[in-house]
Amino acid sequence: MTAKIVVGLGGGEGESRALTYAKKMAKLIGECELIVVYVVEWSPYTFQTPEENAERHKRREQEIEAATSRVVNPAVEALRGEGYSARGLVRHGDVADLLEIIAKEEGADQIVVSRTSKEGVLKRVFGSSTAHLVMHASVPVTVVA
Amino acid sequence: MNKIAVSIFAWLFMSAPMALAQDAQSIDQTINETFASATGWFVNLIFAPLPGTSFPWIVLWLVVAATLFTFYFGFIQFRAFRHSIQLVKGDYSDPNDAGEVSHFQALATALSGTVGLGNIAGVAVAVGIGGPGATFWMILAGLLGMASKFTECTLGVKYRNEYADGTVSGGPMYYMSKGFAERGVPGGKFLAVLFSVFCILGSLGGGNMFQANQAHAQISGILGDYPGWITGLLFAALVFAVIVGGIKSIARVTEKVVPFMGVLYVTAAIVILLVNFDHIGWAFQQIFAGAFTGLGVAGGLVGALIQGFKRAAFSNEAGVGSAAIAHSAVRTKEPITEGFVSLLEPFIDTVVICTMTALVITISGQLLIDPATGNYIVEGSMIKTIGDTSGVALTSAAFASAFSWFPYVLAIAVILFAFSTMISWSYYGLKAWTYMFGEGKATELVFKIMFCVFVVIGAAANLGPVIDFSDAAIFAMAVVNISALYVLMPIVKTELNSYLSRLKSGEIRKFKH
Repeated sequence: MTAKIVVGLGGGEGESRALTYAKKMAKLIGECELIVVYVVEWSPYTFQTPEENAERHKRREQEIEAATSRVVNPAVEALRGEGYSARGLVRHGDVADLLEIIAKEEGADQIVVSRTSKEGVLKRVFGSSTAHLVMHASVPVTVVA
Repeated sequence: MNKIAVSIFAWLFMSAPMALAQDAQSIDQTINETFASATGWFVNLIFAPLPGTSFPWIVLWLVVAATLFTFYFGFIQFRAFRHSIQLVKGDYSDPNDAGEVSHFQALATALSGTVGLGNIAGVAVAVGIGGPGATFWMILAGLLGMASKFTECTLGVKYRNEYADGTVSGGPMYYMSKGFAERGVPGGKFLAVLFSVFCILGSLGGGNMFQANQAHAQISGILGDYPGWITGLLFAALVFAVIVGGIKSIARVTEKVVPFMGVLYVTAAIVILLVNFDHIGWAFQQIFAGAFTGLGVAGGLVGALIQGFKRAAFSNEAGVGSAAIAHSAVRTKEPITEGFVSLLEPFIDTVVICTMTALVITISGQLLIDPATGNYIVEGSMIKTIGDTSGVALTSAAFASAFSWFPYVLAIAVILFAFSTMISWSYYGLKAWTYMFGEGKATELVFKIMFCVFVVIGAAANLGPVIDFSDAAIFAMAVVNISALYVLMPIVKTELNSYLSRLKSGEIRKFKH
């Protein structure tokens, strides 16, 4: 049976560390698929102007296109080039919630994310996405420092 | 068709920008005189009373429509209330659609266009003239208006235009032209152009000049009197930055602060009501007694009823058609779901927020009662108040009786509400404009710049006749829109029956449990 590892990418410098660790794990496991996920931060409960609403679908398509072409595809192609089994996903929503949902949907064995250094005041008060994921995930989570 | 629209529009508004070039001192006089003579007949026609009464026919038009829709859709506002809340919470939202406009966002956007001066100043006017009894009729009109919103917003989504680049344009003008054609009824395009003309005028007037004017009144109330064009230029620069410059951050700040102000306003009202807990029963007694007897107000029962109905219509815009433009951006496979969500709008705006204002004014004791008769003391057509206040000042005084600092918060709230209403109406006007003159950057820019110019005019002058005219234009939108809703309501009924049967059978299911 093929093992699956969900790798969360955030577009920052930490993700190469997350990918490096995921590759190491995949090599150790042997038959393993890497699912590279990029989450566009989005909430259904924000406030927008009518004009932003009218253009929302167009913006969403642009966001998916940008994340796919700039982050996910290069990562997936690089992994495949190195002989790994890999595919990519781009979703809108809350990072922690979505990584957990995707892990469940895909029947993944593990989630790998990197620890980001961009933790603002709000994150200090309410906890970071990484901390939220670690607390609530139903599969093991590896946070790469 | 477009040529007719252009000439009607040019005839009606050519005089205003021309007046700008004249001496600043004479601007308001010139505009007042030009508008009064050119548009007085229109204002009189829209607000004409029914023969032998003082009841404006337009108010009856809105209430009869709302009542008819309520019966036609089987009291949908009550039957679907719970389901509407579930939709807003996202219980039925497909996770694969994440990133699109959510039902919550469409509702919040539409609300920021309607919650505003109507809830603060309008209610005070209603209670100040019609007494607490006006509140009863206002709530009733709000509840009935939910059915009108449901009808127009469902059609708004169903018949919107979706363009190749992914943007959307929707609203009454689209359901008039497409829906009429689909039903084989002639005249859809004519109504659409007529609606667009009134929508542009309403957007420049009630959705712009009136707001700028009231915002200046609030700011000068705090800082002392100074020329209105300064406020006008400041507001015009901000509006310009948002709608022309595309500086989203200003709009985002406003869109975030406005709901906060709304919540703060309602919280303050609840606190005042809780502190005066022992008076709530008395206040409701005044509302019910006043609704059927008038308690001495001018016009008695009818006086209270007219004020209640009129201010509810001004406040929640149900039947006007503006909300159909705001709600049409939602990407849903089921247009009826947006109708369900939109029916919460008159509930929040009128049944909750307006009622809070009315209760606080009643409980605060600002309205003076004759101890001998138990009736309100009436001077002219107004109820006598402590300090002879009316409008925003009456609401302000009522809240200040509990929190002395509240007038400052209220002044900021009024200014922010005015700004967010302007941003919303600039979009409604723009959609009507592009419907008539075509989509395109240059066409849009012409309207946007004109909108900013009218911000300055609105803040600078005391534009009584212009305000009357712009209010009349907003209500004229309702005349055209409701006529179209009568023709198209069977389409909504088909959508409703189909949706409800699929919901019952489990074909439409919840994604969240």
